Amino acid sequence: MNASLTQGVTSKYNEEIVKMFTLATCFWGVVGMLVGVLIALQMAFPWLNIEPFLTFGRLRPVHTSGVIFAFGGNALFATSYYVVQRTCGVRLWGGWLPKFTFWGYQTFIVMAALGYVLGVTQGKEYAEPEWYADLWLTVVWVAYLLVYMMTIIKRKEPHLYVANWFYLAFIITVAVLHLGNNLSLPIDHVGAKSYSVAAGVHSALIQWWYGHNAVGFFLTAGFLGMMYYFVPKRAERPVYSYRLSIVHFWSLIFIYIWAGPHHLHYTALPDWAQTLGMAFSVMLWMPSWGGMINGVMTLSGAWHKLRKDPVLQFMIIALAFYGMSTFEGPLMSIRAVNALSHYTDWTIGHVHSGALGWVGFITFGALYYLVPKLWGREEVYSLKLVRLHLWVATLGIVFYICAMWVSGIMQGLMWREYDDMGFLTYSFVETVVEMHPFYLIRAFGGLLYLAGALIMSYNFYRTIKGDVAKNEVDKDGNPRVAYRAPRWDDHAAQPAKAQAKK
Amino acid sequence: MFKHHVFLEKNSIVLLLAIIVTVLIGGLVEIIPLFKYETTIEKVEGMRPYTPLELAGYNIYIREGCYNCHSQQIRPLRDEVVRYGHYSLAAESMYDHPFQWGSKRTGPDLARVGGKYSDDWHVAHMINPRSVVPESIMPTYSFLMHREAATLDSHKHMKALRKLGVPYTDEMIEYALADVAAQAKGEPTYDTTGLASRYGDKVKARDFDGQPMIVSEMDALIAYLQVLGTMVDFSSTREIDPSTLDKMPAKVKAK
Repeated sequence: MNASLTQGVTSKYNEEIVKMFTLATCFWGVVGMLVGVLIALQMAFPWLNIEPFLTFGRLRPVHTSGVIFAFGGNALFATSYYVVQRTCGVRLWGGWLPKFTFWGYQTFIVMAALGYVLGVTQGKEYAEPEWYADLWLTVVWVAYLLVYMMTIIKRKEPHLYVANWFYLAFIITVAVLHLGNNLSLPIDHVGAKSYSVAAGVHSALIQWWYGHNAVGFFLTAGFLGMMYYFVPKRAERPVYSYRLSIVHFWSLIFIYIWAGPHHLHYTALPDWAQTLGMAFSVMLWMPSWGGMINGVMTLSGAWHKLRKDPVLQFMIIALAFYGMSTFEGPLMSIRAVNALSHYTDWTIGHVHSGALGWVGFITFGALYYLVPKLWGREEVYSLKLVRLHLWVATLGIVFYICAMWVSGIMQGLMWREYDDMGFLTYSFVETVVEMHPFYLIRAFGGLLYLAGALIMSYNFYRTIKGDVAKNEVDKDGNPRVAYRAPRWDDHAAQPAKAQAKK
Repeated sequence: MFKHHVFLEKNSIVLLLAIIVTVLIGGLVEIIPLFKYETTIEKVEGMRPYTPLELAGYNIYIREGCYNCHSQQIRPLRDEVVRYGHYSLAAESMYDHPFQWGSKRTGPDLARVGGKYSDDWHVAHMINPRSVVPESIMPTYSFLMHREAATLDSHKHMKALRKLGVPYTDEMIEYALADVAAQAKGEPTYDTTGLASRYGDKVKARDFDGQPMIVSEMDALIAYLQVLGTMVDFSSTREIDPSTLDKMPAKVKAK
């Protein structure tokens, strides 16, 4: 045990920064999901809205930013810093700069969330932070790009591994999107209020060019980078196809950018732009599945590992959800389907199958691999708890997305139902009443998913302490020796036990 | 092709540049032509910038995140046109920095909510939505009654918006505070001729929240809600070519 503990300390890599981002990922994950459960319950029980600060309208951005940018963002920072060092064979560049990106990014999250609760927002989905927070994020992001790029430049490996292409595309494109969508004019230098430079239909297209590619580059390209490193590592197999990774990388980043207008079907946006958005969204199905196939097929010759290893199960289920939601997305971007699905909970269900299933699960898989490595343990405290997390979270997703499919399609159909006389059958509020049971099921699903994240956090807490649970087997099915790290009240008896382990 | 890719893998700066070029193409092709305004925003009669009171209401609408549950974009589909009115035109949000089209209808569309309900209904609905719609799941917003609308810096808002292309005149900016008072009190307390000369005769000027002693956030928000979708004069739009009628939504056909 002692030997493995010192491994991290003498490592030539900067692992401290990865540890910090990893812990932040767990923390913000729990916070973001907790707010998600709260706002889900607010839709079932409106008295849970506490004006003025804790209403659905103000808390929804706290949830979306909390899970996308705080949980997802920290996970991307942690894994990208880990992967770039390992695949380039050099220590992270920049001295104190990586630490600046950590504290700078956490500051941004707190700034943004406080703003929402206090009513400071630009009113653009997923880009709510006001101009001062946007400027701060720009500074942090430039530092991030610099650290990442300079580490790549001084690398010892001649070839840049595919995971880094995806991380690089994520970092640079998010920078472009962030700058493009947040062009705004503050009304003065002391106040928080600004007006977006673009108005009306122009701001709508720019917003969804940003919004859809926040999904495409933040939640897809970045996490594909994660997938390309951690799936092969955990499966102990090389990536399935080098050529497929080239083809799907370039086609994915080229096509994604065009897909934004599918958020604006049948609106005042000119038809040609809607049609372009739809066509490219349908095309996007192929590169997306290219990534899924490349990930899943990496298990070629190692499928037996999937039976025993819950961490690998997390990763493969993530890829399955990725494949499912990247099929559902193109389907929903077809105008005729969108006429039904838009404005309903179907969209919310679609987003969550991607966010909970793909982004969440690939992150959990990566973290379960990463945490023991970072803290010098052979494996996490308990793989049984990982298995429990897997099933609780999977059930949670199934409850969530099924409820939203049913309620979304039901509401869409109720809106457009006519009676024999040709009048609308339902008033709007009659459709709201019908949603109640599904809102309850959705909240229950979210609660299960949150419970899973708490189980994971506990598992990490024990892992970091150095404990090993009783009656455990490792990922290959070999028994593990139970161990409990010495505690402050253990007195002299414990060190002997610690020695006995190794 | 795959042989040449090795070059990118070995030259990270070139790879970075190649990524930037690749991701810029789609956005540029879709966004730039949109700024040829005459093909994007139709010419209509009646669009005007918000009055300072309505603008304060628009900002409260954003602050409270109303767009998270309410859309302001009626699609040209039969049921939507029957339920909400004429489908939304690009011109109708041309002064919204940014647009408030929304993406979700947890509550109904608000693009044409103006004039549909009385001020009293809105006040009761904001204080407790379930007092007028028992099944509603909307949060309560009773605090809007007690807060004074932040209109002292209206001129700053209007100047910023003018820089971005909203046609506020010097006169509008100069009389911003007077217009707030006039619109939130109406006749006979205030003389509204100045307000009407600047923003047109259709401007609604009255004590929206029923509290004569205060220009509350409720006044501002209701003034904004009551103007939504009412600016464009649809009777003045051009005649519809009869041959295209079967493709038209029901309500338009009826007209």
